[in-house]
Amino acid sequence: MSGELELKLRDRLAKLKRLHLPGAGISDEVRRIEQQLEKMDSGDERDEDEIWRSVEFARHPERPYTLDYIERLIGDWIELHGDRARMDDPAVVSGLGSFAGRTVAVIGHQKGRGDAVQRVKRNFGMSNPEGYRKAMRVMDIANRHGFPVITFVDTPGAYPGVAAEQHGQGGALAASQAAMARLTVPAVACVIGEGGSGGAIAFALANRVLMQQFAIYSVISPEGCASILWRDAGQARKAAAAFRPDAVHCLELGVIDSIIPEPKNGAHSDYDEAAKLLGSSLRATLDELKKMSGKDLRRDRRDRFRSHGVFAS
Amino acid sequence: MAGRIDVSIEHKNSPPEPGGSKKHPNTCPKCNSHYRDDELAANLRVCAQCDYHFPVGALERIEQLLDDGSFIEEAADLRSADPLGFFDLRSYKERIAEAELKTGLGDAMLMGQGKIEGLDFQLTVMDFSFMAGSMGSVVGEKFVRACERAIERKVPLISVNASGGARMQEGILSLMQVPKTVCAVENMRDAGIPFISVLTHPTTAGLLASFATLGDITIAEPGTLMCFTGPRVVQQTVREDLPDDFGLAESNFRFGHLDAIVRRRELKPTLAKLLRLFGHVG
Ligand SMILES: [Zn+2]
Repeated sequence: MSGELELKLRDRLAKLKRLHLPGAGISDEVRRIEQQLEKMDSGDERDEDEIWRSVEFARHPERPYTLDYIERLIGDWIELHGDRARMDDPAVVSGLGSFAGRTVAVIGHQKGRGDAVQRVKRNFGMSNPEGYRKAMRVMDIANRHGFPVITFVDTPGAYPGVAAEQHGQGGALAASQAAMARLTVPAVACVIGEGGSGGAIAFALANRVLMQQFAIYSVISPEGCASILWRDAGQARKAAAAFRPDAVHCLELGVIDSIIPEPKNGAHSDYDEAAKLLGSSLRATLDELKKMSGKDLRRDRRDRFRSHGVFAS
Repeated sequence: MAGRIDVSIEHKNSPPEPGGSKKHPNTCPKCNSHYRDDELAANLRVCAQCDYHFPVGALERIEQLLDDGSFIEEAADLRSADPLGFFDLRSYKERIAEAELKTGLGDAMLMGQGKIEGLDFQLTVMDFSFMAGSMGSVVGEKFVRACERAIERKVPLISVNASGGARMQEGILSLMQVPKTVCAVENMRDAGIPFISVLTHPTTAGLLASFATLGDITIAEPGTLMCFTGPRVVQQTVREDLPDDFGLAESNFRFGHLDAIVRRRELKPTLAKLLRLFGHVG
């Protein structure tokens, strides 16, 4: 299991590497941390079980959802509904509130908890295009009034429905990212559960992407990957072990900037503690971005994503 | 493709086989007409009987669209790495090697400079036969470089797309190509560079959620499947019959997601017209 110390070390390592600063002090520290992590003998040794535990925790029916964190972290919360064209998508929550002494816009996927009725009402957190268009409307308000944008990512994916396609699901996902790429206010994304594919990335084109310790972030669900590549959805565990959607791996690849620790037995074991840990990471991240101008924020965001990818030439 | 056994045109009006059972690649899946390869190539790989548009590889597409000899390839040396050491039933490395052999391409996208009727532009063309045109780090990087080159050279970008989506074997890094290419389009937009996106059969999933739907102009060939989620998965989810034209360009056009559906024969003149109308940028 990834202990708290290991998380801290990995976090520090990722930050140092991002700095790219020449100077003996820093490279010494990088080497020291790498050696320490090696001694802890985790890294590539994380096995199927451990990765699968992240998958299970991330989808745990009692895991805190977007509104649970809003309730605990955001003051003066007012939810803003509707895309002004077709409908209000209940799988996405958006609104304004106060956080760390200033007005912020909050956007997140929302799953329903409890009985089937509640879960269906929120469409299991799978948004239609209208949900992304509602989010874009709130991003626009934030951008014009100088409010930082905080997003909570928690979706199995964008909804695979007939009307969703007819109303332009793919285009809406792209447009939502484009809207985030244009923001001149700070944007911070938190992956708090399932960061599923296109539906997730629509809210994750942020200056900083944080991820909870037991969240997952992936291009496809383990079941989907297994049924395509292994031709057997039952091989989901194996698929997850192959593409490693866990937070430590995402940090290693530079896809996320920081891991937010969770209570020892997962966020579902203690909502208040999970919210406290999430809140302090968010506060520190927004503080860090506060000094940047609007133009720099936009540049920083696009440069951040420019660097993703591994290839040979 | 050349040199296949071929009989001359044979027109049967039978409907497409359910599930698309294996047919000779030069047999029309819609009307069963069969063509010699040179015959089909001469007709831009369009069925002379029923107007079905056969898939076109990247190299042949360039031949069809560009002024002779005007293509100058760039970033040709980029190759997929295997960041995850991915292994499903076979290794990712092996799948890449096989795709390279089969297609003669380095990855699922060609990028470079080209001209149509003497008008200069930057071009990306995808090839579905290379691992289903999937977008991994190489496709993402090539597309971004195309945007950057278009900005530098102050010329429009035309992308001809054909892709099944993200390349799963690169895990989360393949998903990251989606926002990466979106950012590149936004940079182009800020620089006033026109972007024309051409969707060809099929352009789905990760591609639709990224640059393919962000063109100033978005056009598609007839019969292009262009949906975020494929018909099979949607059907499994909603458990009802889908509309006949589900996810096709014709349906997307009706719902307002395309500027135009352009037949292959009209594609080059249409692109020429757009290049003239947008003029050169500066
Ligand atoms: Zn035909």
